[in-house]
Amino acid sequence: MEKNLEIIAEGEGELLGWRDPDENRAWIRDNKSRGLIDKCISVQEAVKRFVKDGDYLAVGGFGHIRIPMAIIYEIIRQGRRNLVVAGKTAVHDIDVLIGAGCVSKVECAYAFGHELRGLSPAGRRAVETGRVKVVAEISNAAFQWRFLAGMMGIPFIPVRNLLGTDTFAKSSAKLVRDPWSNKLVALVPAAYPDVALFHVPRCDKYGNAQIDGILVEDFELARASRRVIISSEEIIDEEEIRRDPQKTVIPFYVVDAVCEVPCGAHPTLMPYLYYFDEEHIHEWLTLSKTVEGTEEYLDKYVHGVVDFHEYLERLGGLRKMTKLKQIEQLRPSMLDSDS
Amino acid sequence: MSISDSTQSEYVLSELLCCVASRLLEDNRAVFVGTGLPIVAATLAQRTHAPHILIIFEAGGVGPQVPVLPISVGDSRTFYKAVAATSMHDVMSASQAGYIDYGFLGAAAIDAYGNINTTVIGDWKQPKVRLPGSGGANDVGSFCWRTVYIMRNQSTRTFMSELDFITTPGWLKGPGHREKAGLPAGCGPYRVITQLGVYGFEETTKLLQLHSLHPGVTVEEVQANSQFKILIPDKVTVTQPPTEVERQILREIDPEGMVIGK
Repeated sequence: MEKNLEIIAEGEGELLGWRDPDENRAWIRDNKSRGLIDKCISVQEAVKRFVKDGDYLAVGGFGHIRIPMAIIYEIIRQGRRNLVVAGKTAVHDIDVLIGAGCVSKVECAYAFGHELRGLSPAGRRAVETGRVKVVAEISNAAFQWRFLAGMMGIPFIPVRNLLGTDTFAKSSAKLVRDPWSNKLVALVPAAYPDVALFHVPRCDKYGNAQIDGILVEDFELARASRRVIISSEEIIDEEEIRRDPQKTVIPFYVVDAVCEVPCGAHPTLMPYLYYFDEEHIHEWLTLSKTVEGTEEYLDKYVHGVVDFHEYLERLGGLRKMTKLKQIEQLRPSMLDSDS
Repeated sequence: MSISDSTQSEYVLSELLCCVASRLLEDNRAVFVGTGLPIVAATLAQRTHAPHILIIFEAGGVGPQVPVLPISVGDSRTFYKAVAATSMHDVMSASQAGYIDYGFLGAAAIDAYGNINTTVIGDWKQPKVRLPGSGGANDVGSFCWRTVYIMRNQSTRTFMSELDFITTPGWLKGPGHREKAGLPAGCGPYRVITQLGVYGFEETTKLLQLHSLHPGVTVEEVQANSQFKILIPDKVTVTQPPTEVERQILREIDPEGMVIGK
């Protein structure tokens, strides 16, 4: 008879995004190209090819920092449904997707809140009316380590958080004794998202991407996910990557699509480039207090525009983006009273 | 709400909470901060008695010289002139490995052992109110040597005998329970700061205990605003109000009054 590690307790949260490591290794061998291929395509094409109904979706950045909003709006435009979203540090990204009816389930470390701006009306309403189900709870670090395990190609990883709480009880973690110290330890299952989205400052056509400022969870998440779509402020030459290889955060061989989208994180903050568009986020938070208002917002900024360029024009174009650049760069003009 | 006495000019509640929290931080220590009042308090400490306080943000900002209030724990103010802009894996590992002295958090609801709820009010499957969830709070509460909670709304709806959901571990069910659950030894909640006073946790029982009353607040008010019995020791001090220097610095940190000024 085989001796197994005794499972002392289990969280009742739904297990999302877990794969058998051998199954995933075979999938990677057969589906991820190791060749240097030009992957530049339109946002529309990237979403069409790589985001499917029912996918387990994770977004890089931090909720309303460095979020690939152009890709998110396109997911809404193409009418994706029943997405299972990793509420890893989800703020504006998940709120708009939920408001648009794209999401059916959430695994929640943080979602339904806009940090200092307050709770997110659309997200909360969806959960409180049962339209979106939170099927598992977790914490930020534990979620990060789920992606670490996925990156490592292993089935689970031991952690010392979650213990003793209802967060554990509603997670998909398991409780065992560490064979060395004999202390209780939680095991979190690896997460291998179906698709992950990232916005970066620069990327070459093969998918080698640099990130300025904090990485948040992008290093691990890009390597854990089956499909990776990158939108980039600019496409740079391969030579620039090879001149400074230590700056490469995401390597080409995990990337499936590269989209050139300047200002592609709007209205979220892009470190060193542009600040939050507080006016626009406020418009969303106000309109999304009602179902009708949410429709109005989506008609105006998502369904009623052909693409992200037209969206940018609609909210003030270059004038607006210049102002957001000045605020982000802490320049004196941020104190001007004009808005 | 504005509080004044004859020797001090008027200050508002958020100023008091920030000053009290700030004074808890020792120089040359590390503090993990959450959104809002915690960030302001840590920045105030950095600009006053703890210039070498190491401020760490869960999204990866390490040791910034915070220029102005970050409105997110991930925005670029959190790594302005930082020693490192790194990853969540890095900073959370550092916490788990024992590097972080203090964790500053907000809390929606707390019980007598300092356990916290930020997940749901009501039943988890069909909540009356869905809150944002743990975020980094469970991690901070699990790993930091001393966790400090800052709450502006102590009442019978927030100081609860039984939480609907334990998001973040305090002392769990009392002495020894954290270790029994497998949490790292020797760490846990240290102080709770509300609009009424400053609390600690009694050594042997790990139950919430009053340390100091804010100016003008009575013990009766403290007890009336809690579902559970708060331990009241023989000696209770009065909280030192904010100084003019502290108030000036707070205005520099938060010129738009997003956090301070209410």
